[in-house]
Amino acid sequence: MARYALPSLFIVNLILCGLFLFWALPQPAGFILSLRGTKLFALLLVGAATGMATVIFQTITQNRLLTPGIVGFDALFVLIQTLLVLFLGGAAVAQLPSHLVFLVEAVFLLGAALALFGIVLRKGAHDILRLVLTGVICGVLLRGLAGFAQRVMEPSEFAVVQQAMFASFNAVPMGQLIFSTLILGLTAAACWALASQLDLASLGRTKATSLGLRYDRLVFIALALVSLLVAVSTALVGPIIFLGLLAASLAHAITKSHRHAVLLPAAAFIGASILVVGQFIFERLLGLQSTLAVIIEFFGGLLFLMLVLRRRENDRYS
Amino acid sequence: MIDIHDVSLKLEGAPILKGVSAKIPPTGITAIIGPNGAGKSTLLHAMAGLLPLSSGQISISDHNIHRLSPMRRATYISLLTQREAVSVRLTVYDLLMFGRWPHHRGRPKEVDRQAIAEAAEIFDLKPLFSRRLDTLSGGQRQRAFVAMSYVQNTPYMLLDEPLAALDPRYAVDIMKRLSSLSDPQKQDRGVVIVLHDLAMAIRYADYCVALKEGKTAFEGVADEALTEERLTDLYDTAFTIVEVKGKRVISTD
Repeated sequence: MARYALPSLFIVNLILCGLFLFWALPQPAGFILSLRGTKLFALLLVGAATGMATVIFQTITQNRLLTPGIVGFDALFVLIQTLLVLFLGGAAVAQLPSHLVFLVEAVFLLGAALALFGIVLRKGAHDILRLVLTGVICGVLLRGLAGFAQRVMEPSEFAVVQQAMFASFNAVPMGQLIFSTLILGLTAAACWALASQLDLASLGRTKATSLGLRYDRLVFIALALVSLLVAVSTALVGPIIFLGLLAASLAHAITKSHRHAVLLPAAAFIGASILVVGQFIFERLLGLQSTLAVIIEFFGGLLFLMLVLRRRENDRYS
Repeated sequence: MIDIHDVSLKLEGAPILKGVSAKIPPTGITAIIGPNGAGKSTLLHAMAGLLPLSSGQISISDHNIHRLSPMRRATYISLLTQREAVSVRLTVYDLLMFGRWPHHRGRPKEVDRQAIAEAAEIFDLKPLFSRRLDTLSGGQRQRAFVAMSYVQNTPYMLLDEPLAALDPRYAVDIMKRLSSLSDPQKQDRGVVIVLHDLAMAIRYADYCVALKEGKTAFEGVADEALTEERLTDLYDTAFTIVEVKGKRVISTD
């Protein structure tokens, strides 16, 4: 089973993509296909980035409940974006080349994430409950701060932020897609190179260090990669909190492997598949009556509760 | 030889080791004994280079352990900590392969598979290879972890309380295996082991370092160092050592 997991996930993903592109294709086919193609591309990118980011994040925090979304990585990104507009002015930000803005934001995110989560996660890393709570509270705080900054803005500036934040899957500019692909490709290559070190890191700090791993350096690099991946997906479509949790949990459950060389691509395929299915349901079956985020948060939230409750039980018996 | 020279160490501001010195021989079993809170585990972690010292120095075969890169350190010393727990679902085989990490660095080769096969012979783990760790009994698990330390193939193995919560049968089994692995006549390997069970220390240790309140109380060849008076002093509890069938046996009064 485990050996066929990756190829089967890949094939499932391909089939879903095919369905998404060709299901009930109206005329003019070429035009519709290019529209759907762009959307599909964005869905795949975001799904893969979120899935990989979550697997890495869970490994370095040694916790299967945390995701970058739950501890507010993406809220941090939105906050940085908001502050940038607040201090530089919407017009200035809009005039800057969007790639440059993205890079600046990603660098800020990296710095802030390292400062914040580096300290919080390391100090309390042995106490899982405290870690989860701290993370969730951090997330709420960051979301609150971003919301506050958006409220005190001028409406026209707010529109700039909003546009950047919720560039939903329907309107992703091609240039941004290509740029994101590039970054995602590079990050994925880095993840691949680190895969075996991440395997070792999952044994915990002491064990991994005594087996020769430069643990702190790995955590630093891993947090940097997570920041980049989160920045890519949040910049494209805005925050989807529980997607990563779904993707990572399913990746662990389906592959039953501890090897990141298997887990990372699996989580990428699963994350992408979930988004494609979600968008398909929301677009074709629900007739755009809801938003994609609502569907994913609903199932993701259920899974989160399930994991929390099951973890409690496991703790009791161990 | 591991040369521990006047080592002091603080954990979160509290002094744990206050000038510990000891010279641990390169072969045989060295037992670190002492009452709870004496700093035995801390000393072991410091010897593995995992805790920074406030002063003093620990050298292994003339290398300052704190100056070595983690990678090189892992070729001199292996560490098995107390209550070893792994949160990922691993099989025994995976666990042993992790033990070979300093040698293969994530890309296992034939020599690593051979090393694991050999360890499986020694520790009787062949039938358990594909079993997941969380399905093993306490004794089997502990044997797997000791084997993981062994495959790292370092001149020194550090073990923190490997016998805790084990039945006498498994405890004796592990001590016997360790004893043959570090036999001064045949092997080139030292085992340093934190022990609470004094009967085990007297029966199996070749050398002994006793800690009390963060200082070396005494050290020396086990047969000479482990005497009634010294142990009584060390634990503030009266002990009697008698000889039964040619073996020294310890009992509390």
